[in-house]
Amino acid sequence: MQPVLEIQGLHTYYGHIHALKGIDVTVNKGEIVTLIGSNGAGKSTILRTISGIAKARQGSIRLDGKDITNKRPHEVTALGVAHVPEGRRIFPELSVRENLEIGAWNVNDPSLITQRMEQAFEFFPRIKERLFQKGGTLSGGEQQMLAISRALMSDPDILLLDEPSMGLAPVLVELIFEIIKRINAQGKTILLVEQNALMALEIASRGYVLQTGQIVLKDSAAALMVNDSVRKAYLGES
Amino acid sequence: MATDTTSTSLESAAQGVSVTGWEAFKNSWFYKFTLFPLGQIFGFILGVSVILTVLALLLAVVFPEPRENINLTQQIARQLPDMIIGGVSIGFVYAMIALGYTLVYGVLKFINFAHSEFFMVGSVVGFEVMQRIGAAGEGVLEAWNPILLIVALVLSGMVISGTLAVIVERVAYRPLRGAPRLVPLISAIGVSFLLIDVVRGFAAITRNDFNLTYPVSQVSFFQQRPEITLTPENAPLLQFWFTAANRDEIDIGLRMTSLIIIVAAILMLLILNWFVNGTKQGRGIRAVSQDMATAGLMGINANLMISLTFFLGGAFGGAAGVLYGLNVGTVTPFVGFIPGLTAFTAAVLGGIGNMTGALLGGLALGLIETFLNGILVYFPAFGQRYTPVFTFSVLILVLLFRPSGLLGAKVDEKV
Ligand SMILES: Nc1ncnc2c1ncn2[C@@H]1O[C@H](COP(=O)(O)OP(=O)(O)OP(=O)(O)O)[C@@H](O)[C@H]1O
Ligand SMILES: [Mg+2]
Repeated sequence: MQPVLEIQGLHTYYGHIHALKGIDVTVNKGEIVTLIGSNGAGKSTILRTISGIAKARQGSIRLDGKDITNKRPHEVTALGVAHVPEGRRIFPELSVRENLEIGAWNVNDPSLITQRMEQAFEFFPRIKERLFQKGGTLSGGEQQMLAISRALMSDPDILLLDEPSMGLAPVLVELIFEIIKRINAQGKTILLVEQNALMALEIASRGYVLQTGQIVLKDSAAALMVNDSVRKAYLGES
Repeated sequence: MATDTTSTSLESAAQGVSVTGWEAFKNSWFYKFTLFPLGQIFGFILGVSVILTVLALLLAVVFPEPRENINLTQQIARQLPDMIIGGVSIGFVYAMIALGYTLVYGVLKFINFAHSEFFMVGSVVGFEVMQRIGAAGEGVLEAWNPILLIVALVLSGMVISGTLAVIVERVAYRPLRGAPRLVPLISAIGVSFLLIDVVRGFAAITRNDFNLTYPVSQVSFFQQRPEITLTPENAPLLQFWFTAANRDEIDIGLRMTSLIIIVAAILMLLILNWFVNGTKQGRGIRAVSQDMATAGLMGINANLMISLTFFLGGAFGGAAGVLYGLNVGTVTPFVGFIPGLTAFTAAVLGGIGNMTGALLGGLALGLIETFLNGILVYFPAFGQRYTPVFTFSVLILVLLFRPSGLLGAKVDEKV
């Protein structure tokens, strides 16, 4: 098993807030790994530190064996990481198509851009119908589809997804997770942050449980799903 | 644009039918980047001119004879072409400066109060270059192709002011990026004073004079004054105008330097609109201005886009400085203050952050100012020195009642 992403002893602060207190996470090639945990546990912070938006004070992050700790966001992206941020963050005044083109910022071959757009339309036909609409006028579900499509435009080695199910109707959540599975089946490695622990564990191979900036549990997804404390805390059982 | 070759197939695919006729035309490069912005500019000039003329004539109804032997209606009718042409040319100068304020505000949400100095530096650079070319010997300036001369002057102003803007951002603003909003603002005011003083020192040492006079008189092309004479024969429909002016014919004289401003500004604005709305780099600037953090996640180097934005803003300010200098003849190290503040008002009036707004705000203020100048002279109690009062009253009124400006805050509109 070949690790794509290796995080060791990661500490991140927001001012005086100690958000990550020594995190170790490994994601192997071709895996879906999920990070679950309650609000404020530090899930987004892990993703943000990987992609360089938040700064690590201690510890290391390696991508394909190469140290990427505290590189600037555009450098991390150029090395093969695509981050779909929490809340989608579509460029509201750019058209859908321009949003996709921005996702392909480091791609210079126009035929490659077209090819990846066609792939995105195949995943989400809805995107194609909205191509010339401004990003800000899309519905929440459409924005999530666009955010994922946009991230795929760079053909990343690893895709970081931050709560793709947030605020979506159950049917749409099903659809999004179906596509995530298909993206993974095409060979993309995925690190998935989710509140919806059940759905995340269903498609993931392994998972980490996060609590106030620390990893309290890590195991295969199947084992986590039957774990008593996980069931109580995150799968809504009493 | 990297994907131009693919655009037609994608566009037609997107609409499910082949796009033809009007729709296809509206998506064409020609429409988006020449016809539409040109129409917008001319439509707006026409609209504002008509409104101002009507207001002026209403004033003439209230005060038919503000001074003895002055028939206001007659004066307005006689001066109208001059007021419109003058207003449009100074309006384009304001618009080009205002774009710098608005572009920088768009990406950093920060008002670059040193921007007026990029205009000033441009006007001084234009003087220096022209003066040095002319100093080579008698008749040298005259021997240049005038178009080439203008291009050379404008380009040198653009390069120097643009580069200066990039340096100022790097040195005086970027280190303060995380600081409270007031801090970079104060830094900008400091930079403004610094630039004025440096140029003042330079002028004092090299010229021993702060008044830097462009040697326009050495170029006969700049002295030309193309004229159109309207007579009842060639313009029978304008009979009402001849009557109002109480003249048999009306001369429409164009100062060559005004014409140069208008042509150069329109060309440059078309190019800027294409750059921001039609190229990959422009798309990057718009992405950074909408969400800097996410733009970084897409692989965009935000700092590079910010530098590019400052270069564009500075270069447009510099070009405006050169064109202004050619038109007014004499510039000083202090020349940036009033045009800068007027252009800032124009940007706020149009909606700061909105490129179309900056253009339209600049044109509107230029025309308003020229109409006021043309008419207030006849009112003994006023006079032209009150014109800035009106301009800045506009600023205060807009800030009080519609701080988002007339067109709201968007950067990605067509110019
Ligand atoms: N920009 C910030 N400034 C200060 N504190 C922050 C900032 N962003 C996050 N935090 C704090 O860091 C901690 C971890 O936040 P994070 O966003 O990583 O949580 P999360 O697990 O993603 O939560 P959620 O499920 O609600 O998205 C929280 O206590 C939060 O308040
Ligand atoms: Mg989060």
